[in-house]
Amino acid sequence: MKDDLFFNLDHGYAEGLCRGFKSGILKPADYHNLVQCETLEDLRLHLQSTDYGNFLANDASPLTVNVIDDRLREKLVQEFQHLRNISYEPLSTFLDYITYAYMIDNIVLLITGTLHQRAVGDLLPRCHPLGSFEQLGAITIADTPAQLYNAVLVDTPLANYFIDCISEHDLDELNVEIIRSTLHKAYLEDFHKFCKQLGGVTAEVMCEILAFEADRRAFMITINSFDTGLTQDERFKLYPRCGSLNPDGLQELRRTDNYEAVKDVAARYPIYRALFEGAGTSTGEKTIEDKFFEREVELNRNAFLRQFHFGIFYAYLKLKEQESRNIIWIAECIAQKHRARIDNYIPIFH
Amino acid sequence: MNTSYLSKSALGAGVGLFIYAGLTYMLTNNGFRFDIGWFLLSISPYQWALIGIALAVSLSVLGAALGIFATGVSILGGGVKAPRIRTKNLISIIMCEAVAIYGLIMGIVISGSITSFMTTKPEELALKYRAGYKLFGAGLTVGLCNLFCGVCVGLVGSGAALADAQNSSLFVRILIIEIFASAIGLFGLIVSILQSNGANLSD
Repeated sequence: MKDDLFFNLDHGYAEGLCRGFKSGILKPADYHNLVQCETLEDLRLHLQSTDYGNFLANDASPLTVNVIDDRLREKLVQEFQHLRNISYEPLSTFLDYITYAYMIDNIVLLITGTLHQRAVGDLLPRCHPLGSFEQLGAITIADTPAQLYNAVLVDTPLANYFIDCISEHDLDELNVEIIRSTLHKAYLEDFHKFCKQLGGVTAEVMCEILAFEADRRAFMITINSFDTGLTQDERFKLYPRCGSLNPDGLQELRRTDNYEAVKDVAARYPIYRALFEGAGTSTGEKTIEDKFFEREVELNRNAFLRQFHFGIFYAYLKLKEQESRNIIWIAECIAQKHRARIDNYIPIFH
Repeated sequence: MNTSYLSKSALGAGVGLFIYAGLTYMLTNNGFRFDIGWFLLSISPYQWALIGIALAVSLSVLGAALGIFATGVSILGGGVKAPRIRTKNLISIIMCEAVAIYGLIMGIVISGSITSFMTTKPEELALKYRAGYKLFGAGLTVGLCNLFCGVCVGLVGSGAALADAQNSSLFVRILIIEIFASAIGLFGLIVSILQSNGANLSD
């Protein structure tokens, strides 16, 4: 009851604004128009009549897909940062938690770029703006995870996530991916604990979404690791523990070594059984990644059905990102004149 | 987590103290000192009546305030991307305000009954005490009813603003829910007037 009565005191305006942003997400009619565009100029024209408006107005005439991608991301970042600026505690901490995922991606991007001898000046513009923090540029000076931690990351909010992956190995290709997975696992579990502690409707909505994220990561790590040198025990250490697969499903997943075995593990959970049954590995069918995206969109859409909780901010960000991916997919199909699979975007609203 | 531990231990300490005091009185043959009747008689009927007025106004205003901030903030937030909702949704705020006005009316009605008395005859004093209790009851009734009514109208109004921002045909339907919600404040007003009727503090 405290949720209902006093939520609007601090967070009512932010919620109203976020729902306003959500009403600007493209509808099926908009997608119908976009899919029928012949060139990227047509795409720009059709996007002008949506909530995006004239966001591409300042770009020169031969539009490229990269430019569209940058502008979409800019708009999304602008809206999110406005919400962060007007928010009060504990919404501010919640929104900060959402940005930690992007910080992890930025760190890994910089480390990988340094391994390939790219200059810092080339890499920094490619970092996601939501995940920027002050010490970001200093990442490139480190050679080992221990150095990375002590020199750069100990003052950032990500310091706690590094406890598990400080080891004496150097930063090389495979280890960087393992570092990314370990950090993301620690982040998901921490976020899940924070949402549970917030309690109320926020905990109900967010814990369901984060449990699905954890399970999805467990499945994808398993499927993607089949032909690499990752051992079963190493793989088991990367599974986040905050999902519904914990603990039995994770033990079973540890012992699988092909796609069919993973499908059998999923068959014990009704939701995942339905997802795996709808997917296939041949070219005409949807892949399991597409089905996971669809399920994520469904969970995020359902977050808007309840009022007075923080889940809508997370859901809005994820839906907007999915929309950006959809628009880029359509733009790529148009630009490459390969329109056969242009309808394979994930619809958000029906 | 920490605050609930603190409040639970405070509650426990309070109950413990009360039991200890009660047992002390009872076991030392002083049970007669715990005299509720004496306590009630020693409070003047004016005190009851005036506290009734305070409750009538303050609880109604609390309800209206909770309602108005719940609705007003949602109208502001929703009105950024959907400016058309701004004027129509002020109806919700007016309905919350009506709740505060009921409290004001009852405050005036109750205070109109308060006059001074000089009598000392017990049978007439009993009537004065009755009047004091009636006015207290009237104030408590209208105050609590308006508190919950204001909160209810406010929360529904918040939902109405956000739904109207998405789909403008929803507003009129949610307004019907708000009308039912504001009716409960009216019930409190009616019962309170019936209670304060005939409460005669004058000689």
